[in-house]
Amino acid sequence: MHPLTKLLEAALFAASRPLTTEELASLDLTVGEAAVRSALEELRSAYGDDHGVELVEIAEGWQFLTRREYAETIERAQFALRPRRLSPAALETLAIIAYRQPVGRLEVDEIRGVDSGAVMDKLVERGLIEVVTRGEGLGRPLLYGTTPSFLEILGLKDLEDLPRLEELSVALRRPTPVEEEE
Amino acid sequence: MNQGGPGGGFVVELEKFSGPLDLLLHLIREDEVDITDLPIAKIADQFLSVISELGLNQAADYLEMAARLLRIKAQMLLPRRLGDDEWEDPRAELVRRLLEYQQIRELVDWLGRAADVRAERFGRGYEAPPPDAPPAPLQIDLNDLLSAAERVIALIPEPMLHRVVPRPLDVEGATERIMKLLGEREQFGWIDIVGKQATIVDVLSVFIALLELAKRSTVTLSQPEPFGPMVIKRAPPHEAA
Repeated sequence: MHPLTKLLEAALFAASRPLTTEELASLDLTVGEAAVRSALEELRSAYGDDHGVELVEIAEGWQFLTRREYAETIERAQFALRPRRLSPAALETLAIIAYRQPVGRLEVDEIRGVDSGAVMDKLVERGLIEVVTRGEGLGRPLLYGTTPSFLEILGLKDLEDLPRLEELSVALRRPTPVEEEE
Repeated sequence: MNQGGPGGGFVVELEKFSGPLDLLLHLIREDEVDITDLPIAKIADQFLSVISELGLNQAADYLEMAARLLRIKAQMLLPRRLGDDEWEDPRAELVRRLLEYQQIRELVDWLGRAADVRAERFGRGYEAPPPDAPPAPLQIDLNDLLSAAERVIALIPEPMLHRVVPRPLDVEGATERIMKLLGEREQFGWIDIVGKQATIVDVLSVFIALLELAKRSTVTLSQPEPFGPMVIKRAPPHEAA
């Protein structure tokens, strides 16, 4: 393995969270991000199928994760615990925020048809959403967006990994659905 | 999320629904009706019977939807002329919201699956930093120990006896001095009144005198900036007692 690849392997092994390419590039200032990226690819293929862990692109960064097939065994032995599942209310709220960000509390309430204040507070507490800016309207409402932790718990590389709305079986009709077919 | 077999009536629990839209979608699916051509009268009746049967845990949200459904139902009954282009389907807004919400539910399924898959892979867990390593065993030489002991003993001061003498505060004297100074000047500083080599008793006397005078509105005290010098000022005459 290339020395840079080994350095990245060490850093990724030591980290308990995904590391971004920029962070990894700061390990060795004499090489550029392009070199880091190709070293990461080398590392990823080195961990191809022959290892219990693999290098995964997640949350705009890179992280070593165990392979899925070992989940049950590892959990049964209590070497690691699965995170608690999110409630449907939390997932609904996250879905709305992920697609509408930056979005205010009122809009979330309206789409869900119920008050979402408590759920949103909890999501902020868990670091899955955060206030990103203030809106223009009355009282300049706080507008929320998703955080890298959101991507991390869903195993997403970035927001582009979310399904496109057009791909969903329920295509959302705009308020003026005059010549809508199907 | 769906429960209650076909023909099983509405075996539903309100807690299972994340809101009135969710309940509506459930009813629509049970009835297998076209969401874009909602049989509003039927759906509204079912909605009402479900929420009345199940108590009103989240009353406001469900009741608001019930009211909305009834209004739409009433609007649908209003006569309209055939071929009236101006006619706007009173259900349109509700249908739009239902579709929007249905889309969100679909995303919820997707997100839930993604989270489940992610939860099957473990990263390196966070581990608390290890406790500090125990200090290396001491290596002492008797001579070092003795000379250290000598150094420590040399540092012990001669024992000193303190005699405590009562030194009563002289608030009256301080008040007199302040009033005299006030007679000469409009304002002055702390240093002007206590001097640079004041004893603790002087400081306390002056301080108490100043507080007393301030209370009587004879002087005003101010400190223009944090930790800055205190400014003592003659109070405006009309405020003086």
